Amino acid sequence: MAKNPEHRDLFAGALELMILHSLRVKPMHGYALAKHIQLVSDDLLQIEEGSLYPALQRLLRAGLLESKEGISAKGRPTRIYRLTRAGIGHLEREKSGFETMFAGITRVLAVSKT
Amino acid sequence: MEWIRRLFRRRRYQDLSVSIQEHLQEKADELMEDGMSREEARQAARRAFGNVGLIEERSREEWVWPELDGLRADLKYALRQLWKHPGFALTAILTLSLGIGANVVVFTVLNALIVRPLNVSDPQRLYNVEHKQHGWYSQSYPDYLDFRDRNRTFDGMVAYDTMSAALGTRQTTTKNFGYLASGNYFDMLGVQPLLGRFFHANDEHGTNSAPYIVLSYDFWRARFNSDRTIVGTTVSLNKQPLTVIGIAPQDFHGTEIFYWPEFWTPITNGPLIGYSHHYLDNRSTHNPFVLGKLKAGVTPQQASDDLNSICRQLAEQYPNADYGLDARLVKPGLMGDLWGDAARNFLFGVMALALLVLLAACANLGSIFAARAADRSRELAIRLAIGSSRWVILRGALTEAILVSLAGGVAGTLLASALLQGLSRWQPFAEFPFHVVVLPDATVYVLAVLLSLGSGILFGLLPARQIQRSDAAQLMKSSMGTEVLFRRFTLREALLCIQIALCTLLVTASLVALRGMERSLQAPLGFQPQGVMLAGTDLTMAGYREEQFLPVQKRMLEETARIPGVSAVGIIDRTILGEGCCGSEGVFRSGTTDFRKELFDSRNFSISPEYLAASGMRLLSGRNFTWHDTSDSPPVVLVNVTFARMMFDSTSAVGQRFLLYGGKLPKEVVGVVEDGKYQSLTEDPQPAMFFPLTQEINDNDTVMVVRSVLPPTQLAAMLDRTLSGIDRNLPLTLHSWPDALDLAFFPARAATAALGIMGLLAAMLAITGTFGVATYSVSKRMKEFGIRVALGAAHMEMIRAALGRALMLLLSGSIAGLALGILASHLLAQIVYEATPHDPLVLAGTILTMAILGLLATWIPARRSMSIDPARLLRED
Repeated sequence: MAKNPEHRDLFAGALELMILHSLRVKPMHGYALAKHIQLVSDDLLQIEEGSLYPALQRLLRAGLLESKEGISAKGRPTRIYRLTRAGIGHLEREKSGFETMFAGITRVLAVSKT
Repeated sequence: MEWIRRLFRRRRYQDLSVSIQEHLQEKADELMEDGMSREEARQAARRAFGNVGLIEERSREEWVWPELDGLRADLKYALRQLWKHPGFALTAILTLSLGIGANVVVFTVLNALIVRPLNVSDPQRLYNVEHKQHGWYSQSYPDYLDFRDRNRTFDGMVAYDTMSAALGTRQTTTKNFGYLASGNYFDMLGVQPLLGRFFHANDEHGTNSAPYIVLSYDFWRARFNSDRTIVGTTVSLNKQPLTVIGIAPQDFHGTEIFYWPEFWTPITNGPLIGYSHHYLDNRSTHNPFVLGKLKAGVTPQQASDDLNSICRQLAEQYPNADYGLDARLVKPGLMGDLWGDAARNFLFGVMALALLVLLAACANLGSIFAARAADRSRELAIRLAIGSSRWVILRGALTEAILVSLAGGVAGTLLASALLQGLSRWQPFAEFPFHVVVLPDATVYVLAVLLSLGSGILFGLLPARQIQRSDAAQLMKSSMGTEVLFRRFTLREALLCIQIALCTLLVTASLVALRGMERSLQAPLGFQPQGVMLAGTDLTMAGYREEQFLPVQKRMLEETARIPGVSAVGIIDRTILGEGCCGSEGVFRSGTTDFRKELFDSRNFSISPEYLAASGMRLLSGRNFTWHDTSDSPPVVLVNVTFARMMFDSTSAVGQRFLLYGGKLPKEVVGVVEDGKYQSLTEDPQPAMFFPLTQEINDNDTVMVVRSVLPPTQLAAMLDRTLSGIDRNLPLTLHSWPDALDLAFFPARAATAALGIMGLLAAMLAITGTFGVATYSVSKRMKEFGIRVALGAAHMEMIRAALGRALMLLLSGSIAGLALGILASHLLAQIVYEATPHDPLVLAGTILTMAILGLLATWIPARRSMSIDPARLLRED
């Protein structure tokens, strides 16, 4: 459905991976999640905040997340997102996939340096 | 269920919006805590977030594809667009309704006559048993019995024959039409009586053993006022008393689609009610249809093999009567393949034409839509620029197209239904139970919906490329840039060109068909029907024996000739081109002793000497019969040109001889007459021979052919008086010959009408298409024209500039269509008799038609381009 790759930050699946990982630590609402990712990544990753939402919907639809009514830090109603059991499994698989990929990329870069 | 889900989804969207709003709020709050003003914080939060609307839409799009809500929005948008451009919407809907309506009508007829089976149980397993030779659909009754009893592949097999007879009650006697049917007829078809009972196989115990009659529902209602007490009473059929044992259900109309019988009587009554005494035991006269029901799981091929092996046994057993007997299975309902083949070919041909009409309509609409997309390029650019995806825009355009096509489909189907209602009520022959019931059913409606959707998608997608390619920045900068404009034109012009080509093709096809039909209608009939009254009677019905025929017939001739105003009167044993015409007989070379292999089959007629003068059949060489050619003098015969050529390789056959089956005395040809049509107008030239009544007595009808200058009604009254003066019991049917030919002319007339309507539709589409493009191109270039006029351009130049392209397209499309038409006509020639595209009239007609269409379509735009007032135009933006 995401037809415009230029709107997708990072590479495919990276944002989803970070969302899943962040939510595994603790369930959060949208803004908290955005802030969390920015904070943890030390603002190294420039993520358009809004792009979280289509990704969240994608994960919700795939059953990796669930959402329930909750209260924001400011005491206003919002949605709290939480990992499902399937989400945890997916996260583990994706993480090892990413690690393999990074290992590969690192090696290739190392070779080209010499 | 659906509404719950929709409610849920709506809820989800609200949640999404709430989340996003909260996100922005919270961010802004934090920024304000850092010291920003409220406004600054709000804007900064939005900047960091990105395009809220777009993100919301993309988030929603994650959910369903295509969005139900998106669809609703698209529908609303499309409706608004159409509402704002009623002229466009109406043109589009009208165009489509014509295209779809035409398809619905043709398909309904196709469906009713060919696709939909007979209204009985297990209709798919029913087949008529025919001979392999085309058009030979009847069997002899003894052969039927053998087929029925020896086969291993049929659950049952029935015989039926159409007949007309004088049906009498205590009060009146009328001529009615019915079936002779074998005893197992109703049982095999699985039909149950409405009242009383049907006859069964165990009612038959040989000739004349079951004096019963079953009435059809319609006949029972019309003639007996739905009187239930009629069951059990006696009526007469050709003077023979028969007991009414039952009434058929309302929806059962026998086993031929067009011919709705008024009664059924057991076939074993054939001889009783005036058929040949040998109707049931003569193996070499072929009368009834045979209809079999395959066993479950048996293929038609297996059954056909089975029957053919029976044929071989029969040919050995009865080497004379059944020599060369073979069998073939055909779908029942249309007089075997006699009408079936022609109807099938013709209807599939017309169906193809109807689809072409629809295709032309789609091309037409495609070009209108492309023009509109071009007009709306600025709006499109704005929407793209503010972040609408191309898919959404395309979806909007498609929704609009499908909305239009569905509206067109509904209008077209309504139009078609009205037409079909009329057609179904229509009874072309007053006294003959000929019904054309063609009403749309579920299949037809499904087809109409599919066609509408299909055409909507087809022309809705045509401008898609345009949307895909459009670049917002480019469009905004130069929405009227010449380069863009001209590129736009190409698609639309190509479509118009295709459409014109299709229309020309259709116009050519219908002109070819019309000409072919006209030619076959004007082809010499071999007689002059104008001013001739036919008086048919049946001496058998009136109780005469064969040897008594001749004196009565002579008396009829003499007394009729005395009527003032009658210029000639003759007798023939069958109505040429009438219902039940004609018989045929094998002919053999003179000197033949082995009668197993005939030379060919020839139509056979018995006539009185005066027949030639009365009918107008011309004698080309030799002499006519006289009353001196009697049963004691040498046998003589008149043959037609085709017969002479086939038998003697020459047209001067006078003095030559030939033999009939088993004959010892050869027949001498004393004269050659012109060729004619005997069974149908579209038949190839058939050999025919005419015997004198005095030498070949037969038990067919006696048809008096009366040529007179008297008005038909007056002549009919006088004939009635004259003949009942001879014998009050003579049943008499009177027709003018042209009226009696209606049945023969019916298929040709129906076909001509159908093709003509197709051509007309195509022509209308060509006009609207060309008109649309010409008008559009003029309106787009009004400003340019204004400048031209201001600079002193002459009228002719203006017209050339305005319409040059449209006319060029018209011309090239017409040429392409004409070429296609000529190619396709070879196909058409197989369907329509005498259709040839190499006909100067057709070519000229097509060119003239297209030229007139071009003029009509460009007249108004041309007028507009000439009436330009530069001063006013240049002031306006």
